[in-house]
Amino acid sequence: MRVGGLRRDWGRRLVLAVPYLWLLVFFLAPLLIVGKISFSESRIGIPPYEPLLDWAEEGFAIIRATLQNYVLLFQDDLYVEAYVQSLTIAGISTLLCLLIGYPMALGIARAPEKSRGPLLLLVIVPFWTSFLIRVYSWMTILRDEGVLNHALMGLGLIDEPLVILNTDWAVYIGIVYSYLPFMVLPLYATLEKLDPTLLEAAADLGAKPIRAFWSVTLPLSLPGIVAGSLLVFVPAVGEYVIPNLLGGGDTQMLGKALWDVFAQTRDWPSAAALAVAMLVALVIPIALFQRIQTRMEEEGER
Amino acid sequence: MSLAVRPEREIRPPAIQIRGVEKRFGDATAVAGIDLEIREGEFFSLLGPSGCGKTTLLRMMAGFETPTSGSVLIAGADMTAVPPYERPVNMMFQSYALFPHMNVADNVAFGLKQDKVPKAEIPKRVAEALDLVQMGDFAKRKPHQMSGGQRQRVALARCLVKRPKVVLLDEPLSALDKKLREKTQFELVNIQEKVGITFVMVTHDQEEAMTMSTRIAVMNAGRILQVGRPHEIYEYPTSRMVADFIGTANFFAGVVEDSQNGQVTFRAEGVAAPLVVAGNLAVGAHAAIMVRPEKIIMGREAPAGAINSVSGVVVEIAYLGDVSIYHVRLESGLVVLVTNANLRHSAEPAVTWDDRVHLSWHPGNAVLLP
Repeated sequence: MRVGGLRRDWGRRLVLAVPYLWLLVFFLAPLLIVGKISFSESRIGIPPYEPLLDWAEEGFAIIRATLQNYVLLFQDDLYVEAYVQSLTIAGISTLLCLLIGYPMALGIARAPEKSRGPLLLLVIVPFWTSFLIRVYSWMTILRDEGVLNHALMGLGLIDEPLVILNTDWAVYIGIVYSYLPFMVLPLYATLEKLDPTLLEAAADLGAKPIRAFWSVTLPLSLPGIVAGSLLVFVPAVGEYVIPNLLGGGDTQMLGKALWDVFAQTRDWPSAAALAVAMLVALVIPIALFQRIQTRMEEEGER
Repeated sequence: MSLAVRPEREIRPPAIQIRGVEKRFGDATAVAGIDLEIREGEFFSLLGPSGCGKTTLLRMMAGFETPTSGSVLIAGADMTAVPPYERPVNMMFQSYALFPHMNVADNVAFGLKQDKVPKAEIPKRVAEALDLVQMGDFAKRKPHQMSGGQRQRVALARCLVKRPKVVLLDEPLSALDKKLREKTQFELVNIQEKVGITFVMVTHDQEEAMTMSTRIAVMNAGRILQVGRPHEIYEYPTSRMVADFIGTANFFAGVVEDSQNGQVTFRAEGVAAPLVVAGNLAVGAHAAIMVRPEKIIMGREAPAGAINSVSGVVVEIAYLGDVSIYHVRLESGLVVLVTNANLRHSAEPAVTWDDRVHLSWHPGNAVLLP
């Protein structure tokens, strides 16, 4: 008995150790390396930064850390602008996802039980194709001589092709399209759990369907709204591929700025500082958000 | 079983009229051929086993279901096509359906806000309604901070605060434990009498229906079998199904031998002597006589000159405290149930297992059922 219990205990530890090990090797370690580089000085060579520790002749270690890279972030308007623009684009995209995704999720949740599975599948189907290919397809759709403009001109709705590609519009379209499922799925999960008798009670007490939605459905789906918004907002802030492929020269988002500094300027310490700053600036508000959410969920469950 | 008969009210105008209502879900017929009139101030129960269509009928009164054919009138106005939010009725749901994100006061105020009741008047009416159900001290609580019984009261207050023409109750007490349920039955009736609003209740619990209602409609398989006051339904059922569903019944199936002056002589299967009962049926008709277990007199000696007398052997005794139920097997093998009140503290019952006993009943205490 005792031996069996012990063995089971070890088995449990092993199972738990795997994800921890994974996080350690592939998340924490790289993060620490990036953190280390962000305090180094830039140089030309391989690797393109000075070591943080220098072994002096007498066996003393000299730490050569600098905050210069962080100071630069705030001095250079480019980064501040990229930060603001990233938040703006991610914020507006999240709002658009919510406006499009909420009716979708509500529709699926209210659909007959048999058709809910297929409808959810349709939401997920795009994931089966490479993300890159889907973004490239948008380029052919949105081009001046693209599918969309051809269709609109063919219908006689416009005379001149609309310039969408390489503008912020294209970035919004791309982000909303790519991240919509992340909004729909958590929303569906909360809406599907919603007790339909609550809506009957609201109707019974004199609330028209619109009023019942605002005073019952919407407040009770708040946890889903928060979860979906986080799932869209967080990756959208750091989005690189979409603004790079669909956006124009004046679309300056953090992900793109990061890549420029890292690959083109080859200033690894500055790029690392930018990455760390981005992480900190995002993690704090999100941690707060999530605390509010868990508190709301606990209240709802009790 | 409580058989409290409440005083008959004067005939008042109908609160709800159901006319020829049928409801089908796809191929399945939920209810059919329903004609019903519920008068103002009644405490009316729809009683039947689960799946008999009673909840569907209630939901058609509330407006959550639309009849496939027929019409629903509330306070004289045709409401068949009127949505729930425009009907002068309020429903208390089986799960109570309190809004989990609102406190008690906001739950109760919800209906008043929809009605555009002046803001200044709302707190007063909410407080009144909560006091009526003795929940005045709980106004700031959230639903999850209350017990089932407290939630039930709040749900009732939320219905009553709108002063509806009719309150609909869907199995209102089924979520409560037995003791609390019995206490709440009387409270609910008292509140109903105080406010004078018509209550229509759906229940599968015959005791609950008997205790609380002024009238009961017994339903089965989508149809109403009988409508009547509780004692009418118990003492004078019009069909074997009603007799069997309400309380316990002994049936003697057989053939009418003679029918004269409102009295029928009956030849029952498995019973040697002919049985006599009040009624009127053609000679030769197949029918049944129903006798309630407590209407049967049991003794060791054959009663002198008694009609409706059978004899048998006690095969089973169920001691319930207040009463004992005796299972008596006749020579034919037919088992008759007899209830005897345990009136004395005596340790030794007068009749015990394997005793030969004689059973008899007054002709007026049996019912002839076609």
